Amino acid sequence: MVSSASTFGRTGSHDFILLRATAIIMALYTIFMVSFFVSADAVTHASLTNLFAHLGMKIFTMLALTAILIHGWIGIFQVLTDYVKKAGLRAFLQFVVCVALIVYWLVGLLVVWPVEGV
Amino acid sequence: MKKLNVSVYRYNPDVDNAPYMKDYTIEVEKDRDMMVLDLLLLLKEQDPTLAFRRSCREGVCGSDGLNMNGKNGLACITPLSALKGGDKKIVIRPLPGMPVIRDLIVDLSQFFAQYEKIKPYLINDDKTPPARERLQSIEDRAKLDGLYECILCACCSSSCPSFWWNPDKFIGPAGLLNAYRFLIDSRDTATEERLSELDDAFSVFRCHGIMNCVNVCPKGLNPTKAIGNIKSMLLSRAI
Repeated sequence: MVSSASTFGRTGSHDFILLRATAIIMALYTIFMVSFFVSADAVTHASLTNLFAHLGMKIFTMLALTAILIHGWIGIFQVLTDYVKKAGLRAFLQFVVCVALIVYWLVGLLVVWPVEGV
Repeated sequence: MKKLNVSVYRYNPDVDNAPYMKDYTIEVEKDRDMMVLDLLLLLKEQDPTLAFRRSCREGVCGSDGLNMNGKNGLACITPLSALKGGDKKIVIRPLPGMPVIRDLIVDLSQFFAQYEKIKPYLINDDKTPPARERLQSIEDRAKLDGLYECILCACCSSSCPSFWWNPDKFIGPAGLLNAYRFLIDSRDTATEERLSELDDAFSVFRCHGIMNCVNVCPKGLNPTKAIGNIKSMLLSRAI
């Protein structure tokens, strides 16, 4: 068995399941957001605020951001282990990308959670 | 008679600073097809320094795996007429992604190290072995068809980008086809241990199913399908 500390899942099958489960969540969120923009008569600040003020939407958004965090973490691990051969450089790049993904998640939480309807 | 233009990868580390392509022109009988191995043997008469492996010359030993006009295959069972663009030029290179020892001869140590990892032999922990043989039903024996025929020529693994990038971690299509051959064998009792050894981010799951292996296998086998079955076994065990 090959050990790898820098991926997200505990095992290969764990990574495999996480990748597909998070892909489903991201696809559903994308479909929902595209449907919203297409079906809305006019997308205004008020309509977006009202949308994101809903508790369900806040949870759905955070779920999507969590999915991006996990999917991106495993994905960048796979890409970097294929193409970057120097271990030090690979660890640094993975660190940068994973920190960025965590920052996206935190910023998302801080931006979306306090939204109140108008 | 007609003239054939052949370009062959040459590299002798004792003499050459870098690999290079050497062009040959060879006359063969018009309207007569031949195998790439026959062509190489004619070239060797012209240039005895050319080095390549061959043995059985009938697609059984797996020694003469080569890259011919961009596609991996066995030189002994690949006719010149089957090479894409072969009427203009024939380009012969060693198997891609493998360290070259000399000319068309590659170092297969890494390939066989991965094969060794999957324990390519029957493991059975029955306390009382049968007096004569371990019998299988016709159905159980049929499950091994399409798996046991692998001759380990390395055409598949050397056409797989995942094996190129991680030859020390990813088992590769040939090794995984053989791993499934023992996982599905009704006489083998080490299924759980075998699966545990494979359940990491590289050994099996680095296969993304691009099917280059299926495209080049000279025996017409389907490593991608076998790998898919191993993934299913790993997932049903994990969920």
